[in-house]
Amino acid sequence: MSGFATVLMRDLRLVWRRPGDVGVVLAFFVVATVLFPLGVGPETNVLARIAAGVLWCAALFAALLSLERLFAADHEDGTLDLLLLAPWPLELAALAKCLAHWIVTGLPLSLLAPVLGIAFGLDGRSLLALGATLLVGTPTLSLIGGLAAALTLGARKSGALLALLALPLCVPTLIFGAGAIETLAAGDGIVTHVAILAALALVALATTPWAIAAALRQAGE
Amino acid sequence: MAPPLLEVTGLSCRRGGRLVFDRLSFALSEGELLALTGRNGSGKTSLLRALAGLTPPHAGTIVWQGADVAQDPETWRGRLAWLGHLEGLKGDLTVMENLVFAERLRGGEAGDRLEGALLAFDLLGLSAREVRTLSAGQRRRTALARIVLSQAPLWLLDEPLNALDAPAQAAFRTALQAHLAAGGLAIAATHAELGIGGAQRLDLRGGTSVERPA
Repeated sequence: MSGFATVLMRDLRLVWRRPGDVGVVLAFFVVATVLFPLGVGPETNVLARIAAGVLWCAALFAALLSLERLFAADHEDGTLDLLLLAPWPLELAALAKCLAHWIVTGLPLSLLAPVLGIAFGLDGRSLLALGATLLVGTPTLSLIGGLAAALTLGARKSGALLALLALPLCVPTLIFGAGAIETLAAGDGIVTHVAILAALALVALATTPWAIAAALRQAGE
Repeated sequence: MAPPLLEVTGLSCRRGGRLVFDRLSFALSEGELLALTGRNGSGKTSLLRALAGLTPPHAGTIVWQGADVAQDPETWRGRLAWLGHLEGLKGDLTVMENLVFAERLRGGEAGDRLEGALLAFDLLGLSAREVRTLSAGQRRRTALARIVLSQAPLWLLDEPLNALDAPAQAAFRTALQAHLAAGGLAIAATHAELGIGGAQRLDLRGGTSVERPA
């Protein structure tokens, strides 16, 4: 088994052993999303108009919740040293950990969002578009969040710092993700938005593993 | 005398603007053990981390079999087995899973060697237990089993005897002697006597030279 697969399988196994960690993230997403219809009122037109923005923001905040522990747990128990000393590129380990994070947060959030979209009165096409944009956009959140988690490793109040670092970098993804549903409502296609989300994900994929690895090496010193 | 496998020359390390150690030089041949001694904060852990490449040295070279390890850090890391202050174990994984993970991380498969490593530290009965349920000594034994399992030629050990009871210390000495007898090298930071005859000693309290055994 390759080092990449080893780290990925280990992190997934750790989540399997402690499913509550993911449960909290998904519960936060549901609660935060459901609060909006209660606060805004039952007007379907209003809810449908804000649905994409609300669901995308809630997904972003939910993804950030679990990112603080992405590398901190390895740092605290000494397994980060083992990753740093593995005889293969640390960038692959960083990528494996971000992929594990996406599988246990981004993927379920993408599947759950269309279900919650029903409460906002979104039609079938919008629900599918919402799921699709989240599916393409959430990997970027995991990669950028992973970078912020690595940069804030060992810092005091790292959770707040992480959010301050990651949130501005996630703005383009948020704009094109939420914008896709509005475009669909206006009668246009979402291909351009999805393509831009995919491009943002590819840029993050091509750059963040190196930056994460550099930050981890710095933290390991 | 056999030519040295590991040659460290002029190694210096700064941390937070403070010079932790300066121009350290030593050499180790096959089967040799170097015990690092000194008070708390004297730089033992920093030296181990510098040797491993975890902390870049301020100056100096580390040469393995005539080649500067800085030229090929991945190959160098493959030659190391690391035991730090922290055990490097996942509490939610079992003893067995932790060992298998560590070996796969090094690019190998534990295979038949796993049972031997568990047996060496009396861990067979604990292999299915999650590490978070173990005592400090049992966790240290698990981390030492990981070192034995690695078959790496150079062991870097930070306080390997920490939390170990007398039988576990004896098991560690047996494993270390077997490693050295097979031509391996070891560098161990320690406050306690390792109990291995013929070990070199590097006192970081003031000296920068290696005291060879009589």
